[in-house]
Amino acid sequence: MSFFKKLKEKITTQTDSVTTKFKDGLTKTRDSFVGQMNELVKNYRSVDEEFFEELEDILISADVGVHTVMDLIDELKDEARRRNIKDAKDIQPVISEKLAEMLQKSENESALNMQETMTVILFVGVNGVGKTTTIGKMAHRFKQEGKSVVMAAGDTFRAGAIEQLEVWGERVGVDVIKQQAGSDPAAVMFDAIQAAKSRKADVLLCDTAGRLQNKVNLMNELEKVKRVISREIPDAPHEVLLVLDATTGQNAMSQAKTFSKTTDVSGIVLTKLDGTAKGGIVLAIRNELDIPVKFVGLGEGMDDLQEFEADQYVHGLFADVLQEAEELAEED
Amino acid sequence: MAFEGLAERLQGTLNKIRGKGKVSEQDVKVMMREVRLALLEADVNFKVVKDFIARVKERAVGSDVFESLTPGQQIIKIVNEELTALMGGEQSKIAVAQKSPTVVMMVGLQGAGKTTTTGKLANHLRKKHNRNPLMVAADIYRPAAIKQLETLGKQLNMPVFSMGDQVSPVEIAKEALAKAKEDHHDYVLIDTAGRLHVDEELMGELDEIKELAKPDEILLVVDAMTGQDAVNVAESFNERLGITGVVLTKLDGDTRGGAALSVKAVTDTPIKFAGMGEKVDQLEPFHPDRMASRILGMGDVLTLIEKAQTNVDEARAKELERKMRTNELTFDDFLEQLGQVRNMGPLDELLNMMPGAGKMKGLKNVQVDDKQIGQIEAIVRSMTKAEKEDPSILNANRRRRIAKGSGTTIQEVNRLIKQFGEMKKMMKQMSGMQQKGKKKKGGLGGMKFPFM
Ligand SMILES: Nc1nc2c(ncn2[C@@H]2O[C@H](COP(=O)(O)OP(=O)(O)OP(=O)(O)O)[C@@H](O)[C@H]2O)c(=O)[nH]1
Ligand SMILES: Nc1nc2c(ncn2[C@@H]2O[C@H](COP(=O)(O)OP(=O)(O)OP(=O)(O)O)[C@@H](O)[C@H]2O)c(=O)[nH]1
Ligand SMILES: [Mg+2]
Ligand SMILES: [Mg+2]
Repeated sequence: MSFFKKLKEKITTQTDSVTTKFKDGLTKTRDSFVGQMNELVKNYRSVDEEFFEELEDILISADVGVHTVMDLIDELKDEARRRNIKDAKDIQPVISEKLAEMLQKSENESALNMQETMTVILFVGVNGVGKTTTIGKMAHRFKQEGKSVVMAAGDTFRAGAIEQLEVWGERVGVDVIKQQAGSDPAAVMFDAIQAAKSRKADVLLCDTAGRLQNKVNLMNELEKVKRVISREIPDAPHEVLLVLDATTGQNAMSQAKTFSKTTDVSGIVLTKLDGTAKGGIVLAIRNELDIPVKFVGLGEGMDDLQEFEADQYVHGLFADVLQEAEELAEED
Repeated sequence: MAFEGLAERLQGTLNKIRGKGKVSEQDVKVMMREVRLALLEADVNFKVVKDFIARVKERAVGSDVFESLTPGQQIIKIVNEELTALMGGEQSKIAVAQKSPTVVMMVGLQGAGKTTTTGKLANHLRKKHNRNPLMVAADIYRPAAIKQLETLGKQLNMPVFSMGDQVSPVEIAKEALAKAKEDHHDYVLIDTAGRLHVDEELMGELDEIKELAKPDEILLVVDAMTGQDAVNVAESFNERLGITGVVLTKLDGDTRGGAALSVKAVTDTPIKFAGMGEKVDQLEPFHPDRMASRILGMGDVLTLIEKAQTNVDEARAKELERKMRTNELTFDDFLEQLGQVRNMGPLDELLNMMPGAGKMKGLKNVQVDDKQIGQIEAIVRSMTKAEKEDPSILNANRRRRIAKGSGTTIQEVNRLIKQFGEMKKMMKQMSGMQQKGKKKKGGLGGMKFPFM
């Protein structure tokens, strides 16, 4: 079966609503990206140096990062030579194939590591990326699955952070365990674990203050928060989700590296994909650090969180190109 | 740090060229490629990079780079000059309206730092300009956004105007202006909700607020970590609202901050302030020249030097500087330096500002908290005078004795001695930069590169 057919089948077996939502969210991303791709194909009928230069620009403008782009282009050049591809339209499937391959290495990578008893999920990341909002959305998601959820207000530093989580708690009907502003976040986590245990909660979602990864003291504090969780529940946290803002450029790589070192990140939530930013840096992160993207944020509402699907992500990026390729195939 | 600075990048190319005598046009091309990569890695938008490279190349080809014995220096000089020109001069002034109050509107994407910056600006206006601003909570969407601004107001002991989240932002702005006039506030700072530049409805809301409040200043708040999309964001906000300036936040991070260049290039409005932390007093004037060297990966040398200057006593500094230069630094000086460095702020932040500090393995992991300083002190105190002055005599026996005397391990002693060596090396390098900076102003901003 061809790559496109496989991809298409996979997508149509997904519930329509999910696909639509995802596609809507990515429309803008796709429009600009694919628009450029189409331009590219129109302008360069043949696969030559100029074609690759333009492709390089397209990928770079998606924040994929220079190194990854160079590697990718080299591979594509090899591939084009090997398969004797001369026509620009024939290289398109190869491009999306490569991207999907890079993003998803096995099935079910985006599934969360859920426990029989309580699952503890710790959210980490730099300032303003969407940690607290993602926790609210995820609480809503778990609630809808019939699970009981507790949230821990571990950001005791930023003005209004506790109240922000409390509003989310009210919105989705979930209890928030908190202490006063300014108190020790590790102590909040300790409290939250006891409270969640005694309530027999299925899931405990732990918010933390945003911190830039070069602040050693703050990273140490985060390490301590994690340590306290592990001390209370030996294999917890069961997931450490690094929240990345899709608008972020190359610094996201540094974020992924440092937060991984400190907290052993198990997955990424890529937020704000409803804008025009493409979050291409996750390709580089996947390539270098092998951290899978597990969820994507597509808005500020409680329903705007979707499980990440590499095929859909790539499909979203290349939908028009796919269609075009299919039409061409039919004509043949 | 994951990035290679331009200087390091060019060094590689230059090593190949060196010995060939003259630089060919092909060599310039190779160098331009390095410049391009450096800028792209720093998140400068690829279109902006393209234009920029074209300009630099034109100048390079027209100049005497080919004849120069120091082509790398020439290229960096041109790049730095062009970059600085593009960044524009320093303009950390806030508009003053003919008729009070001056209205400032904060706009930008979600999470960029608008609310925090509103608090910082209020503080800045009061402290530096003796003003009496009123902050306005016009974000009715984000959970607890009003509470956030009110908390900042409380911290600052400054008033915040709010009407809850059931009244439209336009209405809030209107009432706020009336209130400001009534209470004789000379500045009104309107914090608006974060929104996507492609969100028609919410962008329209900003239009309406603008129409009504007639702001003297519309500041676009941009996260310094923003990637390629910075261009689209800045362009959209500017076209829609006509922004008058930019605040670049989170510059206390280790991002190169190429977005600064992108934003400047597409809006042609000045970047007025830099957010340097989460606290209300961490707002600084934006220095375009420093940003240029930061983007090029040359460290924020000037900031560092400025910080050092405000903290170190002159005469002692001169003496230290001489010692650094001549490599005579002793462990006692080291202790003293540590103390001073501690006064300047967290060491990890300082290290981030140092050129090449990321490359020094030993240094990258020095994290000096109070406990560790205590330990370092104990180790140094267990040294004899001779040892402090000449670490080279520290053989295994001596090291063991010191470990015992200070209640540390021999590994810890070894590590400190190694770090001291690295620090000495770096100090020597830095003192070179300072010297050069004194002699010749402008140009390269007194920076020293390995191949100059
Ligand atoms: N458009 C859009 N906005 C989002 C998304 N996720 C979060 N936001 C917004 O981004 C802003 C910051 O979100 P927060 O959840 O407060 O981010 P945070 O990481 O908790 O921030 P700090 O705790 O201050 O570090 C808010 O205005 C959110 O509504 C998303 O997927 N799309
Ligand atoms: N390190 C650092 N953090 C900053 C800086 N400016 C803002 N922040 C942090 O960034 C996060 C977001 O800041 P906010 O002021 O809430 O951003 P906002 O633009 O008002 O966000 P929305 O209202 O949700 O759109 C918070 O955690 C702030 O503490 C800065 O200069 N440095
Ligand atoms: Mg938060
Ligand atoms: Mg805000």
